[in-house]
Amino acid sequence: MAAITPIIMPKWGLSMKEGTVNDWLVEVGTQITVGMPILDVETDKIANAVEAPDAGFLRRKVATVGEVLPVKALLGVLADKEVGDAEIDAYIASFVVPSADADDAADAAPAYLYVEVDGLRIRYARRGKAEGTPVLFIHGFGGDLDNWLFNIDAIGEKHPVIALDLPGHGQSAVQLPGTRLPALADFVGRFMSVIDVQQAHLVGHSVGGAIAAQVALVQPQRVASLSLIDSAGFGPDINTGYTEGFTKAVSRRELKPVLELLFKDPALVSRQMVDDVLKYKRLDGVTELLTSLNEGLFKDGQQVAQPGLALAGTGKPVLMVWGKDDQIVPAAHAANAPPGATVELFDGVGHMAQMERAGDVNRLILRHIGD
Amino acid sequence: MARKLSMKQAVNEAIDQEMTRDPSVIMMGEDIVGGAGCEGEMDAWGGVLGVTKGLYAKHGDRLLDTPLSESAYVGAAIGAAACGMRPIAELMFIDFMGVCFDQIYNQAAKFRYMFGGKAETPVVIRAMVGAGFRAAAQHSQMLTPLFTHIPGLKVVCPSTPYDTKGLLIQSIRDNDPVIFCEHKNLYAMEGEVPEGSYAIPLGEANVVREGKHCSIVTYGLMVHRALDAAATLAKEGIEVEIVDLRTLSPLDMDTVLDSVTKTGHLVCVDEASPRCNIGTDIAAQVCMQAFGALKAQIEQVSPPHTPVPFSPTLEDLYIPSAAQVADAVRRTLKGGKH
Repeated sequence: MAAITPIIMPKWGLSMKEGTVNDWLVEVGTQITVGMPILDVETDKIANAVEAPDAGFLRRKVATVGEVLPVKALLGVLADKEVGDAEIDAYIASFVVPSADADDAADAAPAYLYVEVDGLRIRYARRGKAEGTPVLFIHGFGGDLDNWLFNIDAIGEKHPVIALDLPGHGQSAVQLPGTRLPALADFVGRFMSVIDVQQAHLVGHSVGGAIAAQVALVQPQRVASLSLIDSAGFGPDINTGYTEGFTKAVSRRELKPVLELLFKDPALVSRQMVDDVLKYKRLDGVTELLTSLNEGLFKDGQQVAQPGLALAGTGKPVLMVWGKDDQIVPAAHAANAPPGATVELFDGVGHMAQMERAGDVNRLILRHIGD
Repeated sequence: MARKLSMKQAVNEAIDQEMTRDPSVIMMGEDIVGGAGCEGEMDAWGGVLGVTKGLYAKHGDRLLDTPLSESAYVGAAIGAAACGMRPIAELMFIDFMGVCFDQIYNQAAKFRYMFGGKAETPVVIRAMVGAGFRAAAQHSQMLTPLFTHIPGLKVVCPSTPYDTKGLLIQSIRDNDPVIFCEHKNLYAMEGEVPEGSYAIPLGEANVVREGKHCSIVTYGLMVHRALDAAATLAKEGIEVEIVDLRTLSPLDMDTVLDSVTKTGHLVCVDEASPRCNIGTDIAAQVCMQAFGALKAQIEQVSPPHTPVPFSPTLEDLYIPSAAQVADAVRRTLKGGKH
């Protein structure tokens, strides 16, 4: 019997329960290759393309445009040409959306965990495979672990994954262990000790990439490999208009145009995304904290420290991913990758490559760390 | 942010955190502790609906039970504010404002202006607003427009527990007198509220739903009626945008104008009596500032111009419903007459 592959509503981020079908990107009968964008789905946080899990032909669109469906609901059907229509009808008729009760143990576990590190309460998520070297995701300036909403579960299918809210970010304590990269990198090392992780594949975005590089320099035993996305720490340039605008914005009207700098397509900045960032920024002490972090990391419009330039000496395998239209840290810095690094630049992508080109970035990370 | 609080708990937590942070924050009101002069359990009452319960145990005599004289204690709170304290006065029902109005509109609202900025009046006067509580004509009014009419006062009316905590904290920190209106039928509503302190700026509306066909501008309980109407209309292919004003003075007209410019249609929903209410003011300002953006008549949904009825059946008919809001949206989209 020829195979039928379901296309199902993905789970993007730990809080996603349902999504809206925005648009079908291919017609019935189209030949599909693995990773091809099939349809656009929108959550309350962001819109993204659902990619083909397998090769075949798009035989049926089950979900209609505008429909709101739960995670894991059947959206469409891929199959070979030999599979009969009756067989596909039967498949669709018998498809059962797994209910929330029937979720596997990983989904039933609390989405977020908290741990105290050097007196600071840190929020993190720990998911994915139980065995193996974990993959630790480190977000950037002003970000939080939801910056990895398209990546955590995809990488988690092959590896244990951990993502944290850096101190002073997300829902971790509004306090910094220091405002410079060495202090932040030391803290990440301490976090790994406290949660009993000896070594991890570090995946860093933006300033999180510079922190990961710094960890590799000073605590190389903790680092199995580095995957750095639109990373700071590889050259002097930084758009301080962004970092300062992000720090100062107090209203939706001020913040939205600043967040739009992050993406090639500004329409990706949803109402919910602006809301979530505002909720974080309104917390007592956050504005002052971001101001001091700004001063610690950037001076006279330039990055203070560039640990990435010293990575060659570590011998760690390095993957560098960059959006060519990054308006925060220029993609030209990718030229400063250490010898032997895998470097991938994406056309039509901004500073959030892990969101804007999630499927490709996930594949590159899996290939880099081995699946 | 998984923790949920009711709106009532959000008010309590905002006051608790600000009293902890700033020793100049004090509270006055009727029965906010145990009832004036009562024996025994000092925390027996915690306000007419228990909003301040537990605060006396933590902050002691910084919470003061007052005699049943709004004119006396609201005046005392305003005087204390002018002398450097940050008092919160709880006036059970906004309907009782009448007896202490001179203190509010002729004194508190004028100090900064008349003393050339040398005096400030950082007082918050909290009061319950709105109908639907079977509390009859003298305990059910939505008197927000009385206060937006007066320069020098700020007026806030939140719709969610999250906004309640952040706006109340900002109101306490604000250096001007703030009338903080809490809808009694939202007290039990639950929502996610961060544990830490945070402040939402006064004068910033919130777009609670995005849509391209019609703007609904509203506040307080009516935000939820508008959301219900939006869900119904979405099934008809009509996407409404809902602007929750949150603060009624100062008023965030920029957000309103942005929305109306986008949709070309406006429905104002206000639970206050229909003449000279917030909705009519919004309609007037949109006509003056963005007439060219309007594709059809503005619609207004408000109760009838009568006192709030005591009969439950009539009271339910008095309060604007989601169905009325949806009808108003359909009317302006049709562009026809009523």
